[in-house]
Amino acid sequence: MDFDFTPEQSQFKDELREFLRAEVPLEKQEVFGQWSEEQYQFGREINRQLAARNWLAIGLPEKYGGGGKGAIERGILAEELGYGRVPKAGFIGLGIVAPAIMAFGTKDQKDLYLSPIAKGEVEYCQGFSEPNVGSDLASLELRAERDGDGYVLNGAKMFTSYAFQADYIYLLARTDPQAEKHRGISLFIVDMKTSGISLQPLPYINGEMAAQVDFDNVCLPWSSLIGEENRGWYQAMTTLDYERSGLGRYGSVRRVFDDITDFCNDSAPDGGQPLAEHPLVRHQLADRRLGMETWKLLCWRVAWLQSTGSTPNAEASIAFLYGTDERLRFAEMAMEVLGPYATLRNGSGQAPLLGNIEGIHREAMHLHGAGTTEIHRNIIAQRGLGMPR
Amino acid sequence: MNFSLTSEQQLLRNTAREFLAIECPTSVVREAEESGVGHAPDLWRKMADLGWMGICLPKKYGGEESLLTDQTVLFEEVGRALVPGPLLSSSVLAAQIVLHGGTDQQKETLLPGMIRGEIILTLARGERLETSSQSGNLVLSGDSSFVRYAGSANQIICATRPAIGAWPDTTLVLVDGQADGVIKTAMESIANYPQFLVEFDDVSLPDDAVLGEIAEGRVALELATQRATVIQCAETLGRAEKVLDMVVEYAGMRQQFGQPIGTFQAVQHRCANLKVAVDSGRLLTYQAAWRLDQNLRASDEIAMAKAQSGTLSRLATETGHSIFAGISFTVEHDMHLYSDRAKIAEANLGDTEYHLDQMIVD
Repeated sequence: MDFDFTPEQSQFKDELREFLRAEVPLEKQEVFGQWSEEQYQFGREINRQLAARNWLAIGLPEKYGGGGKGAIERGILAEELGYGRVPKAGFIGLGIVAPAIMAFGTKDQKDLYLSPIAKGEVEYCQGFSEPNVGSDLASLELRAERDGDGYVLNGAKMFTSYAFQADYIYLLARTDPQAEKHRGISLFIVDMKTSGISLQPLPYINGEMAAQVDFDNVCLPWSSLIGEENRGWYQAMTTLDYERSGLGRYGSVRRVFDDITDFCNDSAPDGGQPLAEHPLVRHQLADRRLGMETWKLLCWRVAWLQSTGSTPNAEASIAFLYGTDERLRFAEMAMEVLGPYATLRNGSGQAPLLGNIEGIHREAMHLHGAGTTEIHRNIIAQRGLGMPR
Repeated sequence: MNFSLTSEQQLLRNTAREFLAIECPTSVVREAEESGVGHAPDLWRKMADLGWMGICLPKKYGGEESLLTDQTVLFEEVGRALVPGPLLSSSVLAAQIVLHGGTDQQKETLLPGMIRGEIILTLARGERLETSSQSGNLVLSGDSSFVRYAGSANQIICATRPAIGAWPDTTLVLVDGQADGVIKTAMESIANYPQFLVEFDDVSLPDDAVLGEIAEGRVALELATQRATVIQCAETLGRAEKVLDMVVEYAGMRQQFGQPIGTFQAVQHRCANLKVAVDSGRLLTYQAAWRLDQNLRASDEIAMAKAQSGTLSRLATETGHSIFAGISFTVEHDMHLYSDRAKIAEANLGDTEYHLDQMIVD
């Protein structure tokens, strides 16, 4: 066993942290529950700088502009970007689309799509969920019918984050309605400027502006199909696991935890002893620190499994489920410790920690992304423990 | 970064699991419990023959000089099989005190015999144990509760505080378990667990009774306690894993409403929650063991492992009794063997609240 990085990995982590400290000052950092176009554009700028150092697409081969490194380095990057509160940009392309193209794309598709992703030049959104389709994703209804020149899309996607920023949408559509539901789905990359695509705004409670994406006779060239027709479900599920370590999410929550720990050590709102010396507060901080460290280990186990060439499955669900639960436990604890101050939003002069506590509590209601907690428990029970379906 | 066991560790795990499946079925556990001694002498000799008591002790005393990580692997299996006897209190806690605190002569006298399974050691600690010097002789007085396996122990290591005005810090002394003035009273415990109130009625000690030097016992006591705490976590982990295996198997067989209860999400989600806690416990426990093996600062990681171990114990108990339901409320069913021992382990060497309090929060 070895719970540490290699010297090279530690050095990478240090250099990255140093870079982020210099380039992402506090006033530019992402605040939980806040989203702005300006901040997003700053995130894209940082991505381009990371790309110039071959750090952005750290896991992609060097010939496509990547760093040519493995899952541990990917984990370090994700954790540090989260911890440094770098405004999120480009992560669907980097984390989900690029691995799928690497695994299933043709040479032409690799040449076309990978390098812009690695350089931080494009934004992708993901079209999986639909108005009527959530946990039972394989029952999706967006149709992709063949006609003479390619495919024609009709239907809708929903809960599409970054739809307003995206150049492309990476989506699942039904190509064979007669087949068993998992076997009639294909994977496509669609240019968002294609005629027939329209967006309906769908504001989220965390400040993001997502969308419902409607497809009305949207014509796609044959080359927009990724991999094999009707194998899209299996391809998508394989590559979804690629960024499942969840270290980015961990890093961003851990930062707020560390901030509130410092806050409790430094602040004595009643003029007496610092908050952290109140036994009840101290106890809660210790309990959540245990939760954070456990979460971190569970995430790193996923990254390590990937680094050995295995595909984590139940292990990824364990890390994800734990993280979702721990983020909420932490948010509730932080709200409780700060009392009414925790309700103050970013922008309020009296908001502690830039209003991150109020924001993270809203963010913690994201109990569903990449599968609800119930779905993850099903996966752990059925795939991890072999219980009956 | 590497979270897998080495092939040698996997071999150790498999060998131990196969051996214990044959030599330590729950009938042996029940016999040891009913005997009141809490000990299975045949099994004890065989485990000594396998080298289990000296796994982390130096070769010159007959040990294997393996890593604490290896002992962690072994104790997961010990926990799974509910192995009775003072493996933890004698071969880990007390033996490590002797190793880190004893003189060469004391190590020679105690460790080889302990490793062969012939000598049982235990630790008595507590605020009321006092050593003093009376007309040139060392005298031990006071009492200590929860002394494990004191009834079987040949030697009791007493962690004593000095009488007022004497030396400044903890002194460790060795007392013969049969010496005059040593009065042992069993504390009737859950699962008949052998815990004793031991009273020392002004016991006169020979000059060589001090383990190491007077007032220099604290470091050895702390080092040994750290290692024993990790091993206690490993034992709890193994027991929880076994409960998880048992409930998953049972849920797959037990039919209600015309189908196995394991098809119900309510049951699956309980099992999933326990699986998350088991995996968390494994990572935290091995992280602590690994840090000690690497001579890295580990007090915080040990506190985290033991704090989680307490919650893991409680969750395994609740999950087991909830899924086995009615049958696990009977004495003949094995589930209570696990839940009884979980409570003993939880209280040993500091519970969740104690260790949360030990954790650094700055």
